[in-house]
Amino acid sequence: MAKTWREIVDLGEREPPTPEDAAAAEEPGRRGMFKRLRESLSKSRQALSEEISASLFDRIDGETWERLEEALILADAGAPTTAKVVERLEREVDSGEVAADGELVRQRLIEILAETATTGDGRLSLAARPAVILVVGVNGTGKTTTIGKLAWHLSRELGLSVVMAAADTYRAAAAEQLAEWAERAGAELIRGAEGADPGAVAYDAIAAAQARDADLVIVDTAGRLHNKAGLMDELSKVRRVIAKQLPGAPHETLISIDATTGQNGLRQAQVFAEAVEVDGVVLTKLDGTAKGGITLAIADGLGIPVKLIGTGETLEDLRPFDPADFSQALLGE
Amino acid sequence: MFDQLSDRLQATLSDVRSRGKLTESDVDAAMREIRLALLEADVNFKVVKGFTKTVKERCLGADVLGSLDPGQQVVKIVNEELAELMGGSGREIAFAPSPPTVILMAGLQGSGKTTACAKLAHHLADGGKRSVALAACDVYRPAAVDQLVTMGARAGAHVYERGTEHDPVEIAGWALEQAEADGRDVLIIDTAGRLHLDQDLMDELGRIRKRTGPQNVLLVVDAMTGQDAVGVAEAFAEAAEFDGIVMTKLDGDARGGAALSVRAVTGKPVIYVSTGEKIEDLERFHPDRMASRILGMGDVLSLIEKAEQQVSEDDAEVMRRKMLDSQFTLEDFLGQMRQVRKMGPLGNLIGMMPGMGKLKSQLPTDVDEGELDRVEAIILSMTPAERANPEMIKGSRRKRIAAGSVTKIQQVNHLVKQFDQMRKMMKQVAGGKMPDAQQMAAQMGSSRSVKYRHR
Repeated sequence: MAKTWREIVDLGEREPPTPEDAAAAEEPGRRGMFKRLRESLSKSRQALSEEISASLFDRIDGETWERLEEALILADAGAPTTAKVVERLEREVDSGEVAADGELVRQRLIEILAETATTGDGRLSLAARPAVILVVGVNGTGKTTTIGKLAWHLSRELGLSVVMAAADTYRAAAAEQLAEWAERAGAELIRGAEGADPGAVAYDAIAAAQARDADLVIVDTAGRLHNKAGLMDELSKVRRVIAKQLPGAPHETLISIDATTGQNGLRQAQVFAEAVEVDGVVLTKLDGTAKGGITLAIADGLGIPVKLIGTGETLEDLRPFDPADFSQALLGE
Repeated sequence: MFDQLSDRLQATLSDVRSRGKLTESDVDAAMREIRLALLEADVNFKVVKGFTKTVKERCLGADVLGSLDPGQQVVKIVNEELAELMGGSGREIAFAPSPPTVILMAGLQGSGKTTACAKLAHHLADGGKRSVALAACDVYRPAAVDQLVTMGARAGAHVYERGTEHDPVEIAGWALEQAEADGRDVLIIDTAGRLHLDQDLMDELGRIRKRTGPQNVLLVVDAMTGQDAVGVAEAFAEAAEFDGIVMTKLDGDARGGAALSVRAVTGKPVIYVSTGEKIEDLERFHPDRMASRILGMGDVLSLIEKAEQQVSEDDAEVMRRKMLDSQFTLEDFLGQMRQVRKMGPLGNLIGMMPGMGKLKSQLPTDVDEGELDRVEAIILSMTPAERANPEMIKGSRRKRIAAGSVTKIQQVNHLVKQFDQMRKMMKQVAGGKMPDAQQMAAQMGSSRSVKYRHR
């Protein structure tokens, strides 16, 4: 069952500002969410290549494991994680622990994959006031768009008031881009001049949130390649500024990872985690044909969970991560 | 210069030399390692299958008597096959018989199209030789037009835009008319990122193509793209019939296997690669360098090229010989350091050395100016004899050097130790062996070593 926004946001002892509206919005929201999820993922399903198909487990024979290996590699799970998963399942079937029946094996596989994808705390810790979410990642992964969607969902589903910090002071028209999202999402925007210190913008945004008694600050940062030490240092510095200003902040640090990313995604998560202590992954662009299998390696190897998935370019297209749904989609169900 | 892959292969083929020839089972074992390396590099699963089959044939019966060990020899064969597969196209930008030459840029969201457009404009303008213009046809992404306008200005290219209220196909057609009227030599059309699954947008791309009749349609692909690269490329090939690829973000550490995948599946060549965030950071594609990179062997040629840009050919040759002959002195190091400071972040350069890619996180890649100043001062406080033979720097000499450079004795000790390690490393690399990664990282780590946070 797909998770709802209320389920994944931890507001501590706080009551969301409009609990009745939120509850009312939840039930139709949940049904609507399923429908939307299926719609956006159905495009992918239709476009699936022959390898990842329902025939994966038609017969359980020697070739089953090869087919499965191929399917997982093609999903970008990577050779090590794939080997781990396939060996485990093969062992369980050979030992009789799992009956050699196509459907049962498939179910078990989904369980194993979901288990592998589940780690850490899948919730967003927004109990503080203002809570601060820092969004980081490599260039082009969808940080700014995600922030727009995140602000919209959190304000709509939980009634939270949001201040956005345009701390990407490097890229041309970055603040303009975020400004448009702020408008769409009904959030306030704090920006600096181009080339200004990103830490200063984050600082100003938190101060503004405190002054206006806002619930949440979401900080956008410039995309950066993780192997550029100077840029990673800059990011660490932004985090330090935030932490110094507001003890406990940033309460959530999310790294956006493009679902089309291959094995480099693991390296990205690893290095960003060293610079800023990443709490979770936003897996973006899942509306394409890429499966985002690298998140298995990230969860398994680094203990960093995917918390949200991006499934399109509109405000609605962001939802809580569900390991079982993800695993099914990975296999092309 | 070979690294971990050839070491792994060597372990697999350890008893081959005594037998004198590679048998089929030897080669199968080697191909398993190659397969893993290629998958690790994000080469498409099916492309890997086909490729290893081809390479296997070449390896079978290969003579292993010779100076290279069997592992190195297999890698050499693989490297050559890879380079050949990706190269040999000779295709550059096709210029129109009468201007403007039109280039249409397409690709997924976030692949780096807009930046690539600006870089290409700068590159083709060639210091003012050509008049290049850009067309802003991304009307969907917030502030995309603004972004292109800003970047166009940096590239010295005029941007034809009509905001976001018009149909992209109309804008493209209008821009072409304007470019013709204004006598532009080149018109580069930036388009919105789109999913190959999005039929409407793929149709739109087809219509832009039809409307503008480009001589070049380039697919922009992010170097970190995984297995999905093939599906994307095939779909774009069908909808847009692209002529070539621009691979972006190669300044990252993704191995870039997608380059091989797309080439193998569509037959289209990579024409340009983007290697940084500055407007000049666009280069022609070098298949041999890409092949080495995909195999995890680093990009030695680029490193040497960068060095050569700063140093004269003679000096570079002298330096190369010195490094290989272990004649490298602290005097040389001082000179190199000064060159390095001009070259750019140490991290990029270290990452280019064979086998260093994986170590980058362990090495102090970000040496700050203050530290370099200190190092320079220390070396300058040494006598020429001391610079040539750092082994003689003991006790009272260290004290004197520290006093003369206004540094602490520990800092002098550290430099001498670091230098010693570096010389050992150079000797090992020159001898074809991969230095012990952990040991080297530990030795070379300064106070700025990166800590791993265990979860």
